[in-house]
Amino acid sequence: MPKVVVAMSGGVDSSVAAALLKQQGHDVIGMMLRLWSEPGKEDSNRCCTPDSMALARRVAAKLDIPFYVVDAKEVFRSTVVQYFLDGYARGVTPNPCLVCNRHIRWEFLLDRALALGADYMATGHYVGLREEPDGRFALLRAVDRTKDQSYVLSVLRQEHLRRALFPVGGYPKSEIRRIAADFGLPVARRADSQDLCFLAGEDYRAFIRRNAPGIARPGEIVTRDGTVLGEHQGLAYYTIGQRKGLALRQISARSEPFYVLAKDAASNTLVVGTADELGLRELSVKDVNWISGDAPDGPFRAEVKIRYTAREAWAGVTPENGGRAVVQFDEPQRDITPGQAAVFYRGDVCLGGGTIV
Amino acid sequence: MIYLDYAATTPVDPRVLDVMLPYFSGTFGNPSSVHRYGQQAEAALDSARETVASVLNCRPDEVIFTSCGSESDNLALRGAALAARERRGARRILTARIEHHAVSRTAEQLEAYYGFQVEWLDVDAHGMVTPEAVEKAIDDGTAVVSVMYANNEIGTINPVAEIAAVCRQHGVPFHTDAVQAAGYLSVDVDALGVDMLSLGGHKFYGPKGVGALYVRKGTALVPSQTGGGQEFGLRAGTQNVPYIVGFAEALRLTAGEREQRAAHVRSLRDKVIGTVLEEIPNSRLTGHPGQRLPNHASFAIQGADGNLLLTLLDAAGFACSSGSACKTGNPEPSEVMTAIGLSREWGLGSLRVTLGSHSVPEHVEKFLEVLPALVAKTRALH
Repeated sequence: MPKVVVAMSGGVDSSVAAALLKQQGHDVIGMMLRLWSEPGKEDSNRCCTPDSMALARRVAAKLDIPFYVVDAKEVFRSTVVQYFLDGYARGVTPNPCLVCNRHIRWEFLLDRALALGADYMATGHYVGLREEPDGRFALLRAVDRTKDQSYVLSVLRQEHLRRALFPVGGYPKSEIRRIAADFGLPVARRADSQDLCFLAGEDYRAFIRRNAPGIARPGEIVTRDGTVLGEHQGLAYYTIGQRKGLALRQISARSEPFYVLAKDAASNTLVVGTADELGLRELSVKDVNWISGDAPDGPFRAEVKIRYTAREAWAGVTPENGGRAVVQFDEPQRDITPGQAAVFYRGDVCLGGGTIV
Repeated sequence: MIYLDYAATTPVDPRVLDVMLPYFSGTFGNPSSVHRYGQQAEAALDSARETVASVLNCRPDEVIFTSCGSESDNLALRGAALAARERRGARRILTARIEHHAVSRTAEQLEAYYGFQVEWLDVDAHGMVTPEAVEKAIDDGTAVVSVMYANNEIGTINPVAEIAAVCRQHGVPFHTDAVQAAGYLSVDVDALGVDMLSLGGHKFYGPKGVGALYVRKGTALVPSQTGGGQEFGLRAGTQNVPYIVGFAEALRLTAGEREQRAAHVRSLRDKVIGTVLEEIPNSRLTGHPGQRLPNHASFAIQGADGNLLLTLLDAAGFACSSGSACKTGNPEPSEVMTAIGLSREWGLGSLRVTLGSHSVPEHVEKFLEVLPALVAKTRALH
């Protein structure tokens, strides 16, 4: 009987994952990560409040599986939270969820699952998995495309996928809720959230103000041609494509809205422009992960997703040396944001991705 | 699964369960009632109280039944402190950081909300409180002294008779938490000379949810729980008759079998201690090497995450505990580990193995077989 550790969160998806595996006859063990929260805000970390821990514990009791909480506070802070703050300090918009999946869930927790004697580790992610004829594993988009989470798992490698199970990826979310009810699982009917867990439900700007006040220095807001339009409060507080809250000087009678086009960390300037300046046809990525383990031989066509919530767009992708790649979109794309990931798809298969530079 | 956590709790002895069962639905009366239902329940209660008194070597009306050891500690400390302030204007509480939280948190609350000052007694590297430390700290302004009989985390037995004598000399009431000790040590309150002594049923094969507090005649106590006049006005609330009956039977059996039980676990404990210290590099015994509970082995393992070790042990089929036992994965070295001077590096790697009536040599051998590899795994993941 294969032994499977399920990474539980107290939420419906990982709870149902555990229930399905148990039903399929696996030897199931529940584990939950205790992640870092700002001191005093431990009750608000979305992933591991005392409430969600109690919930996960009750689910485990209901399923009659052992359940253990693993302390990951320090490694989470030094790996994920620091990456988040460093990214903003460099003027990019980092996506810490990918780093968490790569280093916390699929390294720190997987190591502990294997130490417990597990053959596999399962999560409640909405993705699919397929073993190819050559023995490699392909990461697939979820059956329920609206819930697909392959974007945040595009950092996984064969060594992870070989050990992975994603029991809920083959179901629509509505079906998962029904299965939870059928099993009588005491999971909360809480809304799905895409906020970062350690922000404690607050705006990320407040978090940065408290935890790295030095990284945001006021500077000039300029247009592409160098016209100074005002002063920004610190590059970290602005997002590519942002329109509101720029507090620009009135420069002419025309009241065409301005958007954030770029953040220039070297000169600490925020570059703004009109809507027609917003789109870009090309982007470069670094630290590319090819899930198959091998970079493609040459340029290829793919659908590319530039943010977790973005719609895929067709592009030509050209792999380059040093873990880099260049993406040429068929149509200009708005809001290409350095620090976020660009993830490549061919059909249902997630090929991998890299960090937008 | 092999259970090696008897200090956390023990299974109810079948002989104890047998004597409890008639008092749930059959003899169910309220001991305070006038009618015969009440009289039967009261008779059972009185008989239980006499049994406990005979083990404690005290008068029956010095035995107060409570809901658990923690409640007994609360009643003793808060009750004696408030009464001493009322009568003598005394405002100081002497206790130690190695105490169970039922005592130390109560002391902290008395300081935070009731105007007392807590003085934390020095402990030595074995977690022992000496009579000299008490002598040094005690004075006329001391309301109550509380020092545990044997420590739950590290097994060290304190010289409570000597400490009681110091307190007696100064006319200060002395309480001892004997919850962990009662399974293996004599609880003769006359020989010990203590004024108050806490017991909890589930540590010696009785049920959970029942405890007792011995209160020497003449010890002034303000009740924590007010209401009816039960338990000589010191603990209001209808008595939990079946559990009290079970508590008394468990204590009676324990007193009668103390020597055999201690002999049974002592050899197993010595095997655990000897083998662990020999086979686990950079491990040390916590608590006193000689003056310790006969069923209690506790260790600090450098650079090991105690919580992870417990997880691996559980998955491998062994139920143990640690000084920083924490189901929420939020480990900090316990106050006891800190009090005996262990650094974080050692204090987080605590492991407690406690034996009991169902422990057999085979359990210990199997445990000692798997432990070194699991410690190595834990250290590798550090």
